[in-house]
Amino acid sequence: MKGLRIIVLAKQVPDTRNVGKDAMKSDGTVNRAALPAIFNPEDLNALEQALRIKDNNPGSTITVVTMGPTRAADVIREAMFRGADDGVLITDRAFAGSDTLATSYTISLALKKLMPFDVVVCGRQAIDGDTAQVGPQVAEKLGIPQVTYAEEIISVGAKDVKIKRRLERGIEIVQSSKPVLVTVHSSAPDCRSRNTKLTLKYKHAKTTSELQAADQDYETLQKTRPFLFIDEWSVANLDAEAMKLGLNGSPTKVKTIQNVVLTAKDSVSLTSSDHDVDFLMKELIDNHTIG
Amino acid sequence: MNNVFVYCEIEEGHVVDVSLELLTKGRKLASQLGVKLEAVVIGSDLATIGKQVFPYGVDVIHLADDKRLYPFTTLPHAKIVVELFKKEKPEIVLFGATSVGRDLAPRVASALQCGLTADCTSLEIGDHVEPKDKKEYKDLLYQIRPAFGGNIIATIVNPETRPQMATVREGVMKKEILDAAYTGQIKPVDVNAITSDAEYVVKVIERHIEKSKVNIKGSQIVVCGGYGVGSKENFKFLYELAEVLGGEVGGSRAAVDAGFVEHERQIGQTGVTVRPKLYIACGISGAVQHTAGMQESSIVVSINTDPKAPINTIADYTITGDISDVLPKMIKYYKKNSK
Repeated sequence: MKGLRIIVLAKQVPDTRNVGKDAMKSDGTVNRAALPAIFNPEDLNALEQALRIKDNNPGSTITVVTMGPTRAADVIREAMFRGADDGVLITDRAFAGSDTLATSYTISLALKKLMPFDVVVCGRQAIDGDTAQVGPQVAEKLGIPQVTYAEEIISVGAKDVKIKRRLERGIEIVQSSKPVLVTVHSSAPDCRSRNTKLTLKYKHAKTTSELQAADQDYETLQKTRPFLFIDEWSVANLDAEAMKLGLNGSPTKVKTIQNVVLTAKDSVSLTSSDHDVDFLMKELIDNHTIG
Repeated sequence: MNNVFVYCEIEEGHVVDVSLELLTKGRKLASQLGVKLEAVVIGSDLATIGKQVFPYGVDVIHLADDKRLYPFTTLPHAKIVVELFKKEKPEIVLFGATSVGRDLAPRVASALQCGLTADCTSLEIGDHVEPKDKKEYKDLLYQIRPAFGGNIIATIVNPETRPQMATVREGVMKKEILDAAYTGQIKPVDVNAITSDAEYVVKVIERHIEKSKVNIKGSQIVVCGGYGVGSKENFKFLYELAEVLGGEVGGSRAAVDAGFVEHERQIGQTGVTVRPKLYIACGISGAVQHTAGMQESSIVVSINTDPKAPINTIADYTITGDISDVLPKMIKYYKKNSK
């Protein structure tokens, strides 16, 4: 039985969920260097869905695609440790400053090179931008249908894909033709942890840049152990129009950034004693806040 | 300058609240710019749509009414919106930041190759100078939203591309009827001319959507529980206090994720925004993502075992204590002394 070809889009992001005191400098600006780079959480949910499709459809392959600086290859390796088969790092200085339109343009060019595929899965949104735009924009550029807010990819058949969506007040089951792009919500099952055998196998998987930096011979690696070679594509590989990349290709411009500083109020501090609680309630009643 | 458009999301033949809120804001923006407000309504069974929408000051409704257009699937809605916008060339387009809006808007923006800003918490009109070439732009839409996990507020503009698009969450804008007698034009959309079988490749097979059980946005008193409440069982203290005070119960994202309270009650950046006259925070640490959803409350009371909880800095009253101790005391006093 022929397996399915699954593409997973993943992003390496700063861990904005735990922006503690260390990550905020005294002037209120964000100290990005202090934030660890992680695998975007919803992309991990997406990877798990891809792995389950692979579990249910032996012979399937999962290719992880990520766009970022050289160290974003970490995300590809992490996915391989959990069961992905190979990956592509899309990286080039020309991509710097991309908003979602430029990003989706770049990613769609890479995916066109990887066609045909059955399903593209990605997280609904990344925790740095929080826009949830790249998935749908990539689907539009590829001219394929999209199903967002997926909680479960129920089945992938010969002609269609059945997906359960988690909406604001309930669920929906939809059926889409193939190929389809699916964005996965955090309500989907967590990603399985690393597989020990696969972690050992892919421990030394590297991109060309990483091999060059380590002064290693990549031509031999490509021939002898091709599974350790992570593809790396730049502008030249993608046949991209320069005006659509990076800042030039980004219609949204950041005008200003303000740091969120909560203005402290003069609080009345109370204990949990009967006296203090009574005092609060009396005030709230007296000033007609409560009846 | 061309007009302001609002995409109106439909649920069972009704325009949803967030779209009415955006029509209100759209009307203000349009009036400020001296242009018209137009609504895009796509769905099924929409005979009464004029009555629902015109009172918000809508001048034109572009109406696509067809059984195949409800429930929402991306492709036909996107095709209709894109074809319409290519013809009408809107200046500004607003969408609700819902599972519909956040699915549709990016698809439309990609097709029109224009800028889109998601989850805006504020929209203003203003001027802009591009730092690189010093080019000046007048009356741009300032799309203001939190970023980087909510730790910064960014103002985004789209100087060159049109339409300028933004999605806005429910509760951020207030809905307000302009004039019950306001009336405009309905322009029907020829669905069969614009869409073909190719747009209907995604089918909804099953749908289990519950009607909204709670109206937290509309409540003047909100008792909100965080992770510090500790359990679903402990939320009973909050429900009791809310009932006695005539308010509603909310939850922070942490409490919802932990299963203490339903998602529908979530308050914060990824939940609803509330502006009650009294907000009682119980066991909430007060991450920026939460405070974004309640910082405009008139009076904030914070009850927390940690006197240094961040939310305490924006509270008018802080009680250092356990909610299982404090809330019953509050209920007891109120029952005895309320008018």
